[in-house]
This record gives sequence, C-alpha cells and structure tokens, in this order.
Amino acid sequence: MRLHLSADDQAFRDEMRTFFATGVPQSIRDAVAAHREVTKEQFVQAQQALNAAGLAVPHWPVEWGGKDWTPLQRHIWREEMQLAGVPEPLAFNTSMIGPVIATFGSQEQKERFLPATANLDIWWCQGFSEPDAGSDLASLRTTAVRDGDDWVVNGQKTWTTLGQHADWIFCLVRTDPTAAKRQRGISLLLFPMDTPGVTLRPIELLDGGFEVNEVFFEDVRVPSENLVGEENHGWDYAKFLLGNERVGIARIGSTKRMLADAKAHARDITVDGAPLAEDPYLRARIAELENELLALELTALRVVANSAGGRPHPASSVLKLRGSELQQAATELLVDIAGPMSVASFAGADSDVPEWAQVATPNYLNYRKVSIYGGSNEVQRTIIAGSILGL
Amino acid sequence: MDFSYDDEQNGLREAVSALLARAYADSEQRRKAVAADPGFDEKTWGRLAEMGVLGLPFAEADGGMGAGPVEVSIVAEEIGRVLAPEPFVEAVVLAGGLVAELGTDAQRSEVLGALAEGTLVPAFAHTEIGSRWGASARTVTATEDGGSWRLTGVKEPVPHGARADLLVVSAVVGDATRLFLVPADAEGLARSGYRNHDGTRSAKVEFTGTPAQPLGDATGDQTAAVDRALARARVAYGHEALGAMETALTTTAEYLRARKQFGVPLSKFQALTFRAADMYVSLELARSTVMWATLVVDNDGDVVTAADRMRLQTSRASRHIGKEAIQLHGGIGVTAEYKVGHYTSRLTAIDHLLGDGDWALARLAATVDQHETVDPTA
Repeated sequence: MRLHLSADDQAFRDEMRTFFATGVPQSIRDAVAAHREVTKEQFVQAQQALNAAGLAVPHWPVEWGGKDWTPLQRHIWREEMQLAGVPEPLAFNTSMIGPVIATFGSQEQKERFLPATANLDIWWCQGFSEPDAGSDLASLRTTAVRDGDDWVVNGQKTWTTLGQHADWIFCLVRTDPTAAKRQRGISLLLFPMDTPGVTLRPIELLDGGFEVNEVFFEDVRVPSENLVGEENHGWDYAKFLLGNERVGIARIGSTKRMLADAKAHARDITVDGAPLAEDPYLRARIAELENELLALELTALRVVANSAGGRPHPASSVLKLRGSELQQAATELLVDIAGPMSVASFAGADSDVPEWAQVATPNYLNYRKVSIYGGSNEVQRTIIAGSILGL
Repeated sequence: MDFSYDDEQNGLREAVSALLARAYADSEQRRKAVAADPGFDEKTWGRLAEMGVLGLPFAEADGGMGAGPVEVSIVAEEIGRVLAPEPFVEAVVLAGGLVAELGTDAQRSEVLGALAEGTLVPAFAHTEIGSRWGASARTVTATEDGGSWRLTGVKEPVPHGARADLLVVSAVVGDATRLFLVPADAEGLARSGYRNHDGTRSAKVEFTGTPAQPLGDATGDQTAAVDRALARARVAYGHEALGAMETALTTTAEYLRARKQFGVPLSKFQALTFRAADMYVSLELARSTVMWATLVVDNDGDVVTAADRMRLQTSRASRHIGKEAIQLHGGIGVTAEYKVGHYTSRLTAIDHLLGDGDWALARLAATVDQHETVDPTA
C-alpha cells in the first residue's frame, strides 16, 4: 500500500503533461475545452501528432506501435490527455478495430491496416447496432451471403458515430441464419464506405449536431479476404472489442476539467449582490461531485492495478456506470450555473452570452448518450448483478 | 500508488479473521455477547491482546507492535465484517491514539502497555449534550488549584464509558481545549451506563470536582491534536463500516438467491438485482476512498480533509447499503433474530459517532474554491 506515484510514474506523468501541452496545437485543445465541435481535420492532426510521438496506440502490441506500459501508465496517459483537452485517438481505430485486427487478423490484414489505422490515414466507423438490435446486439439481421469470392451484404446499421468522416466500416453481419445459437452465426467484415450499395444518412441529434448516422447496405460486394478471423466467430471478436471499449470510458480527466470550469464560471455570476460561487448550496453540490469523482478516480486506479493479464477487473463496470453518471452531472451543473443564459444555445459570436453558456445545454442534452452507449448502464447493472454478485 | 497488501498484512488479516470467526461464527453468539454488560466479550478482548492486535499501532518502546494505519485498517475491517462488538476503534485507535500522540513517556508506557496487554480499556469522554462532532470541549471545565487539576461537568454519551478503566477527558481551560486522564476509581466521578441501539454501550459520565491528570506536558491548546486523532478514528471506523457493508451485501445476495416467491428465486426479479448492483457500486467506491484515506494517514498527510472525504463517501454508502439490505430481505430484515438488520444498526451508529456525511460535506464545501481540481496523489 503506497499513496504517492513512484518516481518513475511521476516522471512519466510530467513527460505526458509536457507533451500534451506542447505537442498538440493549442487551437485544437481550446476547441475540446470549450466543447466546440472538433473537425475531421483537427482529429486527424491531433492523432497524427500523437502517433508521430509514439503516443497514439500504447496499448497495441509493440510490433505495431504499442508501448510496454503498465496499466497505471496507460491510465495516466489517458487522464492527462483529457485534462489537457487533447482529443483522444479515435476509439473506433485505436480501441476497437485495431486491437481486433492485431489479435485475430491475418498477417496481410495487419500489414495493410494497422499502420494506417494508428495514423488515422483510415478513419473507421462501427457497424454494430441496428434498428432492432441495440443492447440486444446478437439479434442483428444484416446478412452477408457468399457469392464466388465475395460476400454480398444487405441490411441496415444505425447509431454509426462519425460515419460521415469514415473511410472504412467494421461490420457485424449474419453469415449463418440457421446457427443453433444466434451468437454463432455472426461474422466480422471490413469494407470501404464508398463501396457501391453503401448509403449513409445522418441523424440530427437533440443538440442540433450530426455525429451519428444510419448506414444502408444494398447488394454490397465485399472480397472474401476482408473477413476478420473465422467465419461465424464474429461474436467473439465483438465481445473482445466491447471489453476494450469500456476501458477509459469513465473519462475522469474530462469531468475534472468540467468541474474546474464550473467553479470558475460561478465566480463571474452574481446572485443578490454576491458571487454565485459563494452560494452554500452550490458549493456543497460541487464539493459532493468532486468527492464522488475522487472515489471514481481511486477506483479506476485500483482497477487498472489489478487488470494485469488482459482481463478487465470485474469492477470495470462500476467505472462505466459511475463515470457516465458523473459526466452527466457535470454537464447538468454547467447548465444550472449558466441559468437564464443556458437557453441561448445558438446565439453565436455576436451575442454577449459567453461561449461556455451557449454550449452548456446542447452539451448536457448530447451527454445523455453516455449512459446509453458502450453498453447501457442497465447492461452494466446486469453484468454486476450476474458476474459479480451471482444473481 | 499501490493498493495491494503485502504477505505480512494478508497474514494479519487471516489471523484476525480466524479469531473473530470462532468468536462470532453465527449471529447468536454476537447477540449473547451484547446482551450482558459490558456489551462485548472480555475473553475475545483478551485473545485480541494475546495476538498483539490491541498494541498494533503503538511504538514498541511503549509496549506496542509498531505497526501502521494499514494494519489497523485490516483489523477494523474484520471487526466490521462479523460485527464484533469489541471496542477496537474506540479504545485502541481513538483513546489509545490520543495517549500515543500527546502523552508523556510515563503516561504512554503505563497506559499503552496495559491497553496492549488487554488489562486496561480506555475511553475518550468528549461528546457533550447539545454539541456535536467538533474537536473542542464546551461545558466540561478544568481548573487548577495548587498544581492539581479538577474537572466539573457532564460528558454524554461516552462510548464504553461505564466499562472503561481510564477516561481520556476533553475539558475547557480558558479559551483552549485540553485533555486529562481520569481513572475509573477517581473520587467525584459518577457513571451510569446504558445500551445503544447497536448493542454497544455508552454512559453518562459526571465530574464533580474530580481530580484529573493533564495528558502530556503541553500547556497550550490541544484542539488540533484532538482533530487529528478524531480524523484517524473516523478513517478506522470507515474500515469497520466497509467490513460491515460487505457482509450486508453478500448476505443480501445470498438471500436473493435462496428466497423464493411467486415460485421463483428473488434473483429472477430485475427490480431487485439492479438494486443489489447499485449497492455493489456504492461499496466499491467507498472502499477506494477509505483505503486512500488510510494511505494519507500512513503518509502523515492532510488527515483531517482526507477523513472528511472518506466520511462523506462512506456515510452515503453505508446508508444506501444498510437500508437496501433490509428492504431487499423484506420483513425478516427488521427482526432482531436475523443478522442483517444489526449491520444496518451498527452502520447507523458509526455514521453518527464521529461526524456524518452532511457534516463532512459542509466542511468540504467551505474550502471548495481553494483548489482547482482534487489530486489524490498529492
């Protein structure tokens, strides 16, 4: 039992802090901190800066650009990145399909995709959810039928995040509709988004933004060498991928940033002649959120320390569940501090309403998503009740 | 940062756990122990002394084992796990801790040596009616007359105050709070003990010109030392609560698997299993915070703030888990015969003995603008 970071980890943290503050353009970090929309070019620029420094895919195998870091170092890397407002490497590339290809892909697939995936030369999107397959992913109905050397894909995906920027999609398809267990008849295919027969339709969200899409497939021909791993084993790869998705999903550094911003904004607002920051109820609310975030951060540190061997600690579901709740609570706090200004969402640069107050409510509405994606919080409770409590 | 226990610490846990498992193998043994005064089992207390547990945090020169707060936390957790009524936190961590921090060489070796041997149970007489959870005394006063000190006033409730062989008493001296030692047989000392809702004992302790010996050489204010000692005891209580919460949750999960209604086990009802899952979330978040607070104590960091943070998290968690454990059991959870409700009772007592969650929150809120973010490794 030891409180402080070791000297090595302390030095590591300083190194990360320095790089994130100097190696990624300030304009991009400001956009993230202000909750402005980050453009595709900014995402690519940031990830390529990280990749050039060897910091885009530290959790990959070393031969493909990974670092032999401890779980604690990975945690520090991620949290420092969030605290500095650096856009994280695109999760679809670095946390999802990259590790799947590195683990289950052919040598040819590894050579073809991994370097470009790490450098965001290929932008991947995720073809998992369907209109009738959300939390119950195994009920997906998009089919792929073998025709000569090709697979022919028909069906529809939805909630495809940032699909509008994507060059390629990794897509779960049903290849054996007769399999005894529905999980057994699923395969994982890779194909370009500009393949004939692929149509993308953006979905406008509550905040007025476009970040998710529907994707339709009509007789899309995919060469057989684009199958990942074995036919009808796609469910195993999906589970592997979703396990990685939960790591880092707590976004503690990002919530810390929001609470610090909330305190600063509360100093600039006056209520009955006194700064809002001196309101005892608001102070208590912020203090309680800070304390809950501390408990979560300490839990994350405990979990990373015990996740050796590649298997996630059972308490990682706590990180997703509580992490999403605290992200949402922080966005809600910012709306409440903005008060009457919080309605002026699209007032623009000519308005006197500060930018943070303009984006507060759209952000709050947008963040309803965090307790839904990555395995909804109800799925996490099911996991805790089942695999931890044996219920 | 490292949250793992070493082999020696794991060994200590096994040994204490085995001792307490023999003493309190079922909840009937605990009920028997708390039915009669002093509200705990003197034999078990003696066995804890033989194992060295009662001298754990004290210097070897004072008759202790020279272990640290991590070892203390392990014992407290095992106490809480089986709801052992022995006053480990009250006598060893709090009253003993005050003597260890403030006592003269002679006081330390006399009191702590006997405490470690199990022949002397000290208690901290601090709470007064109408005040709460501060580090200062308010109504009990100490006056000096020709080099000897006398105490006047009432302390209540004093945990284990009737059983205690020695009272560590806080008293007002001018503007300061200072501590005094009063043996059980002092003249002008009246004690009347009673039972608390959780089966432990407290007492009304009345001083009428009672002779008392100042604790330590200091002539100044000892409030800050009391604040730190209370903080360390809160952290130890946090571990006792952690052990109790863990048992409350596992007991509840077992019950949901075993109990059938509508022809199926209760574990088939998602309305119940989701609530059990939320109890687990509360438990794990509290565990992280309590372990961290112990590391802050171990590091001699800002123990008062760390204890407040731990107290807030543990208070919220213990209320959540305590109440849900009973509700998920149904009526049997409210009976004295079944164990789970006693856990809720003890958790409620711990929550109010040295400061509850809202009290800790108010203290944290007062300083919330003095830092930008909270760094647990600072």
